[in-house]
Amino acid sequence: MDALTQHGDLIAEALGTTLLIAVLSTVGALVIGVLVTVARISPVPVLRGAAFCYVQYFLNVPLLALLLLAVFALPDAGLVMPLTTTVVVVLGLYEGAYVAEAVRSGVNTVAPGEVEAARALGMGFSQVMRKIVVPQALRAVVQPLGNVLIALLMNTALAATVGVVELTSAANRINNVLAQPIAVYASVGVVYMAMALGLGLMASRVEKRVAILR
Amino acid sequence: MSLQMSDPSSAPVLDLAHVDKHFGDLHVLRDINLRVAAREVVVVVGPSGSGKSTLCRTINGLETIDSGTITIDGVLLPVEGRPLARVRADVGMVFQSFNLFSHLSVLDNVVLAPTMVRRERKAAARERAMALLDRVGLADKADRRPAQLSGGQQQRVAIARALAMQPTVMLFDEPTSALDPEMINEVLDVMTNLARDGMTMVVVTHEMGFARRAADRVVFMDQGRIVEESAPDTFFTDARSERARAFLASVMTH
Ligand SMILES: Nc1ncnc2c1ncn2[C@@H]1O[C@H](COP(=O)(O)OP(=O)(O)OP(=O)(O)O)[C@@H](O)[C@H]1O
Ligand SMILES: [Mg+2]
Repeated sequence: MDALTQHGDLIAEALGTTLLIAVLSTVGALVIGVLVTVARISPVPVLRGAAFCYVQYFLNVPLLALLLLAVFALPDAGLVMPLTTTVVVVLGLYEGAYVAEAVRSGVNTVAPGEVEAARALGMGFSQVMRKIVVPQALRAVVQPLGNVLIALLMNTALAATVGVVELTSAANRINNVLAQPIAVYASVGVVYMAMALGLGLMASRVEKRVAILR
Repeated sequence: MSLQMSDPSSAPVLDLAHVDKHFGDLHVLRDINLRVAAREVVVVVGPSGSGKSTLCRTINGLETIDSGTITIDGVLLPVEGRPLARVRADVGMVFQSFNLFSHLSVLDNVVLAPTMVRRERKAAARERAMALLDRVGLADKADRRPAQLSGGQQQRVAIARALAMQPTVMLFDEPTSALDPEMINEVLDVMTNLARDGMTMVVVTHEMGFARRAADRVVFMDQGRIVEESAPDTFFTDARSERARAFLASVMTH
C-alpha cells in the first residue's frame, strides 16, 4: 500500500481519465439508446430497419474488436481523433445498443391506451414519444439501465489495450515498477467495485423516486 | 359574414356519409350515414360487437375507413399526419378504460395537450385546467397520480382532459362500463351537465337512463349497420325494428 501511495498522482490522473471516459460515453449511450429506440418504433420503415441493424451490429461484435478497428483503421481512412475521444465514441456507440435494448423493454410497459389517448388529443408522434412513451419507458428500466452503465464503467478498462492511460493501464504500469501484482490489482479492483456499488445504489434510489404508481 | 351563407347552426358538426370498414373479412361498418348538429347529443346503442367502438374510433382517425367520408366541422377527416392531428385536437375522446397518463399528476394530465398541441402558456393552461377540475369536482385531487384515484374520479379527470382542448365535439366510448356501480352516476352527472351546457356529443353507452335524460337522438346499431335512429322516447317505447326491441328487452332485464 505504501508503495501504491507513492504513485498517488498517476492513480488520481488515471482515475480521472476513467471517469471522464465513463461519463462522456454514458451520456452518449443514453442519447443514442433513446433515439435508436424511438427509431425502432417509428412509423418509418427505413428508420426501423436502420435502428434494428444498429442494435444487432453492436450487440454482436466484441467491444475489443470495435476498439481496435476504430483505433487502427479509422486513421487509415483519414479520420484522426485523439485516442480518448475514439474510445468515448466507440464505447458510447457500443453501449448505446445495450441501452436501446433496455429502453425497448421499458416501451413494452407503456399502456397502448395511453398512447392512443395522447394521439386522440392531437399530439404528434414526436410529442407522444417525448411526453408519454420515453418518460414512462425510462422509469420502468432504471435498474437494467444501471446495470448497463456499470458494464460500461467496467468496459472502460479495455481502453488500456489501445494505449489510453486509465485506471487499469495505470495499474499495469505501477505493477511493472513495484512487481506486487496482488496489492496493485486488488486495490484497483476495490476502486472499480466501489464505483459500481455507487452506481447500483444510485439506480436503486432513482428507481424508487421515479416509480410509476399503477 | 355574408347573408347568403347558410345558417351555420344547420351545418352538421359531424357528418359521416357511406362509411364502410372491414377488419379483414369482418364487415364492421356498413354504409354508415350519420349527421350530428351543433349542441346535439347522440347516444349510440347496440349489442356487443355491433361496431359502436369502431364507429367512435373512425371519427377521430384512430381507425381508418375503407370508403365513404367523414367530415368534422366542414373539414374532411385527413388520413394521417399533422392535418389529422389538427382535427383530433378538436375532437374530444373519452375511453372506457380512462387511459390517463400514469406518470403525470392529475393536473399535468389536463395541462399537457393544451401546452403541447395548442402552445398555450403554462400558467394560462394551469388556470383553465384547475377550473375544469373544479367543474368535474376534483380540484382537490390536482396533485394526485391517476392510480391514487377511484375509477369514477379517473374518468372525470379524463373528461376534463378532453375538455381542456376546447373540442367542438366529444366522443364517449362506454365511459361507465369499467366502473363499479356506485361510481357510474358521478360520471353520468358530469356528462349530463356537459350536454345541458350545449356540448355536441356522441355517446356509446348501455346506460339507458342517461339516454332518456340527455339524448336528443338514439342511434341503434346492429352488425355494423345503423338499423334505427329516433328520439329517445320513441326508441324506448316504440322501437320499429325487431332487433332493437330484442336488444331493449335484453338490456332492460339486466
Ligand atoms: N382491431 C381489430 N381487429 C380485428 N377485429 C376487430 C378489431 N376491433 C374490433 N374488431 C371486431 O369488430 C367488431 C366490432 O367491434 P366493436 O368494438 O366496434 O364493437 P362494439 O359495438 O363496440 O362492441 P362492445 O359493445 O363489446 O364494445 C367485433 O366483432 C370485434 O371483434
Ligand atoms: Mg365497444
